[in-house]
Amino acid sequence: MARSAGPSASEKLAVRLASIASILVVWWVASLFVGSRLCPAPPAVLDFMVRETLSGELPRHLLITLGRVAAAFVISMVVGSALGLAMGRSARINALAEGWVILLLNAPALIIIVLAYVWIGLTEAAAITAVALNKIPNVAVTVREGARALDPGLTEVARVFRFSPMKELRHVVVPQLMPYLAASARSGLALIWKIVLIVELLGRSNGVGFQISLYFQSFDVRAILGYTLAFVAVMLAIEYLLVQPVERRAYRWRPQAA
Amino acid sequence: MRIDRKAFRMAEGGTLEVLRDVAFALPARSFTCLIGPSGCGKTTTLRILLGLDRDFSGHVDPRLATARIAAVFQEPRLLPWRTVEENIRLALPEALVEAPLAPILDAVGLAEAARSYPAELSLGMARRAALARAFAVEPEVLALDEPFVSLDEATAGRLRELLLELWRARPTTVLMVTHNLREAVALSERILILGGRPAGIMGDVEVPPHLAAGGTAGVEAFLADLAGRFPGLVGP
Repeated sequence: MARSAGPSASEKLAVRLASIASILVVWWVASLFVGSRLCPAPPAVLDFMVRETLSGELPRHLLITLGRVAAAFVISMVVGSALGLAMGRSARINALAEGWVILLLNAPALIIIVLAYVWIGLTEAAAITAVALNKIPNVAVTVREGARALDPGLTEVARVFRFSPMKELRHVVVPQLMPYLAASARSGLALIWKIVLIVELLGRSNGVGFQISLYFQSFDVRAILGYTLAFVAVMLAIEYLLVQPVERRAYRWRPQAA
Repeated sequence: MRIDRKAFRMAEGGTLEVLRDVAFALPARSFTCLIGPSGCGKTTTLRILLGLDRDFSGHVDPRLATARIAAVFQEPRLLPWRTVEENIRLALPEALVEAPLAPILDAVGLAEAARSYPAELSLGMARRAALARAFAVEPEVLALDEPFVSLDEATAGRLRELLLELWRARPTTVLMVTHNLREAVALSERILILGGRPAGIMGDVEVPPHLAAGGTAGVEAFLADLAGRFPGLVGP
């Protein structure tokens, strides 16, 4: 048993750090070959990040982008989960919504963004709607699979003991959907922040996406890498400090957590 | 009397008729066993009684739909993400939600395991938790679907004792499905025998009071008599 449990926590941490270090090494070597104009070395980028942070520019744009990511994330998780659950449990709702879901699922993000700006206007609401519309169908499709896999035996227990709908949702349905919700939350975060940058590039005058488009016009690779790195660091922090602890708590009933 | 009379005829899977003209009444606070060969429709009967299967023609006493019911299924069916205590408390109706659970947990010997998750329990313990959940709601009607199946004989025997103790302490209307005649005789006051295809009630036997009271004298003769009248019934 002890052996099959896999590497210890400290071993896992070492492997993780080695993985990050290898990225830095590849980057540094590449910058030596390509030259600092096209690919500045890590210290130059770090220097830029420190200066931008001290001037307040980087934190300001980062917070604006994070706010948009959070808003779009919450909206698409809530709407997508509700839609997916309804589609998984009712064949009629599934038939009704499926066309819309397939349409949105396959519509290129760019088209949805452009149409949202044209129809709603160059506003914050349009930006967040466009991002949410890109993510909602993914959440709905994933959660629908979860809703179809619900254990009918436990649903019967809820019926016999006369659980109220809210009680059934909270204690019977949502715990069974947890793996599906976690999967769509994780892939959702990754997809949403990518799309938020495009939305900012196309129709907003602040945020990380806007800054990157600005520095793209002057071919300032150092600044582009600096903003990217700052954002990736924030997303990693969210993964390790928020997503994983929440997951561990949700799965504490499992006999042996990984 | 909670239930007067139920009759149902049903067809399942389009054409396959499983039950025909099954009608019986359960007097209040009586312990009845429904027995028959496997696959004859015992569980289906129970599911109709519990309101879990509405695709049938016939009639179930409407009072059942509002009565406080409880069930113990073939599998324990506990919520894996809630502790034993939470599983029981969640099943409680509004009126009992604050009730202390220590007595029922003590009665089934799970006081120590109250904070365990179902995955940490043995099958016997999980079945005891399911029994505790059913009795904790103080049901007017209790349905048991082979609650002791796939347990070793000693554990099953202890759980039968426990069931009788709980029932004597708080008599309620019980319908238990089993395919074990000896178990039925040991527990119930009355045995309904289901058989045939499509299945119907083939016999309705009162268990002699001294046997229902836990006596053992004459069990063999009674079993032999039943086996003679309903061939193919007696299991191990």
